[in-house]
Amino acid sequence: MVNLRPARHRASADWPAYLADRAARRRHPLLADYFATGCPAPETPIAEVPMVAMDMETTGLDARRHAIVSIGLVPFNLSRIRLAERRYWVVRPPRPLSRESVTYHHITHSEVADAPDLEVVLPDLFEALAGRLVVVHYRHIERPFLDAAVQARLGEGVRFPVIDTMSLEARIHRQSLWARFRRWMGRPPVSIRLQNSRARYGLPAYQGHHALTDALATAELLQAQIAARYAPETPVGQLWS
Amino acid sequence: MDVELLEIRQHMGRFPPFDAISDDLLDELAGSVEVAYFKAGSDILLLDQELHELCYIRSGAVEVYRRNGELYNRRGEGDIFGQFSLLRNHRVRYPVRAMEDTLIYFIPEAIFHRLCEEDELFADFVELLRPRLESAVEQQKKNNDMMITRVRKLVTRYPVMVEAATTVQEAARQVTDYGASAILVLDAPGDNPRYTFRDSEERAWQVCGILTDSDFRKRVVAEGLPPDTPVGEVIGDRPIAIQSDESVYEAMLIMLRNNIHHLPVMYRRHPVGIVHLSDIIRYETHSSLYLVNNIYSQPSAAGLARLAPDVSATFVRMVEDGADSRMIGSALSTIGRSFTRRLLELAEEELGPPPVAYCFMAMGSMARNEQSVVTDQDNALVLADDFDPERHDTYFLELAKRVSDGLDACGYPYCKGEIMATNPQWRQPLSVWKGYFRDWIRDPTPERLLHSSIFFDLDPVYGENVFVEQLQDLVAELAPKSPLFLAAMARNALNRTPPLGFFRTFVMEKDGKHNNSINLKRRGTAPLTDLIRIHALACGSRAQNSFSRLDDIDRTQLLAPGVSDKLRYALEFLSMSRIRHQVIDLQHERAPDNNIEPGNVADDERHNLKDAFQVLSNAQKFLKFRYPIPSTADRRRH
Repeated sequence: MVNLRPARHRASADWPAYLADRAARRRHPLLADYFATGCPAPETPIAEVPMVAMDMETTGLDARRHAIVSIGLVPFNLSRIRLAERRYWVVRPPRPLSRESVTYHHITHSEVADAPDLEVVLPDLFEALAGRLVVVHYRHIERPFLDAAVQARLGEGVRFPVIDTMSLEARIHRQSLWARFRRWMGRPPVSIRLQNSRARYGLPAYQGHHALTDALATAELLQAQIAARYAPETPVGQLWS
Repeated sequence: MDVELLEIRQHMGRFPPFDAISDDLLDELAGSVEVAYFKAGSDILLLDQELHELCYIRSGAVEVYRRNGELYNRRGEGDIFGQFSLLRNHRVRYPVRAMEDTLIYFIPEAIFHRLCEEDELFADFVELLRPRLESAVEQQKKNNDMMITRVRKLVTRYPVMVEAATTVQEAARQVTDYGASAILVLDAPGDNPRYTFRDSEERAWQVCGILTDSDFRKRVVAEGLPPDTPVGEVIGDRPIAIQSDESVYEAMLIMLRNNIHHLPVMYRRHPVGIVHLSDIIRYETHSSLYLVNNIYSQPSAAGLARLAPDVSATFVRMVEDGADSRMIGSALSTIGRSFTRRLLELAEEELGPPPVAYCFMAMGSMARNEQSVVTDQDNALVLADDFDPERHDTYFLELAKRVSDGLDACGYPYCKGEIMATNPQWRQPLSVWKGYFRDWIRDPTPERLLHSSIFFDLDPVYGENVFVEQLQDLVAELAPKSPLFLAAMARNALNRTPPLGFFRTFVMEKDGKHNNSINLKRRGTAPLTDLIRIHALACGSRAQNSFSRLDDIDRTQLLAPGVSDKLRYALEFLSMSRIRHQVIDLQHERAPDNNIEPGNVADDERHNLKDAFQVLSNAQKFLKFRYPIPSTADRRRH
């Protein structure tokens, strides 16, 4: 059997092997090039890893029923967030926009109607992602949506390691002894949403719901988390999932 | 503008020097920054590290150190650092450490140099020789010019806007509710992309017209249209608008050319306000002359008291018109002097002519022509030497009382230190006054001078001016020759110090204590005025106004080159800051005072305040060094 569908929770050390495997078995050249760039070894210090913060606006929360509306990317590493190299695309979802998602994202019907299909931006998207570790806040949106969208267009899916700033925040605030103690005391759990997480590190409040602003906000949050809770030497394998 | 960069652009656009750069440069700047987070306590710039970026503090605070590790400065949100290294050898001279969790925007060198080249004000700001405070004060002067002032300065609030389908009645109701005189009408985007924008909820709109008060009369009522007519049906052609960075002058021309009284102001495609013809007229007129005329035509003390509210109205108007502190101080002193003179004239009419000649003398801020709206009266009477207390004092006591009571009624409260002509000690013949001054100057101790330094600002208001001029001459002659007197005055001038640090929500005092309010007179303008007075006394100046005194000081070698300019800018800035906060108090119908709360201080103002306090602190250090208490041997010689 060809191992095209990896287990949901794959051990982190498997990521380089998985990507190499995918590169070898590629059918679509676009994906082959992407997978060929591989990813850093799990023991690489986070300070040496080129990253890219990604955020998407989608028409809903279910990758099987909803679609991507916009994608924002901001390349960065531990020392700098390179806003000048930011990328942003609005794409036309195959399914029409629902009224609710319009009010949620402030992206209008006319804006979307003029936008290209995701397939047109895929080459640019993969080029921007290649060689960079993706960083998201809440991985259960960006990764499955991209997987489903690419599957639908290129006939094969795409999976890659991500650092999820929300799960890093959850490790501290939801899984620690202190967090369990709080729960036992009947206290509400600490919010690990992007804005609330940022506030804990003294990061300014941004207007949410724009893919690029949120990507920038996520990159800043990861820098803050590493500075406060980890170290530049922390192996990337401890952070990705 | 890429909407995604608004966060960055809007933040930078609020702080100097970026607040003054053109919209295009600001956009480019926002798109080119790099961002990095620094945990509290971590290093941002290391000594001698190579640096090719200007650093901007987006949030948090940093500490700047000297080469020897001493703390040099603290900077907070909206401040920049690293510019000196960029202008010189690209090596960090002042290492920087994060004091709080800090987010820094790094501005690439190339953009920095382009800003310096293309924007003179920006270059002034970052250049070492033209420090921030100086460019802020010059900026205020320039702001006074219609040709240069951008029309966005006249925009005080967001325009009232309705959809084209709204009924004229509803539109009229909204205009009334908002106290506006015109309303913008919006429609779905159509044929005019220049007026198409997105609101805060990202809905697209097109500005399709404006409806003014007179339009309601001409196009609705006079035409007999029913109240439920949609506004879209009564508006005229495409509205004429102006871009927010055009000049006030241009706005005036557009109004004249098109014969309109309301002009929508746009930032790019986004309406940000409506300017009315009267805003421009008001901008161009300043006059406190009406009030002074009015004072001299009042037939009674009660009539004068009724003018008191006009003083604050004139004050607010002058500040809004962009007058500087010297103009305002001089106008308010003129008004104060006019009240005093009119009260004396009225008293003489009733009491009869004075039995001997006299001069009514002002002390303190009125003498310096630096009065503010928060001021008590400091005055005295200098009488001719043939004054006989037995026969004449009843008259002068009554005269002094009428003036003092009258001034109190006009909003100049009694002096708490009893420095008023009603106090017999300060109602004396010229020879006695000369004795007072000789005594203060020849036999000074800081304690004796503590309450009499106010007499070293003195100016005639009414009567025989020559009496007071003789006293001014005497002081100018004796003071430069008395190091002990200058030293005692200098000692007292150091009693009031500026705060050590000035932060977003508090001021930090020497002992590390935090205060959330600061008296800007006691901690800023007064100590600065004190030290300027001492230098002026040392060089024999007869001037009373602090700026005129600095002019006299400039003719000597007393201060190092450039220092007096710094003092001028600091005094101007501290005075204006105090004045602006008094205006805010008055606009909120609160009694104005000299206090400001750092929490209410705009970020750019806080930066300039910090610089001004630093100038004051340095000048105080120099004062102490320049006027030491002479040794006992020196004392004997004098």
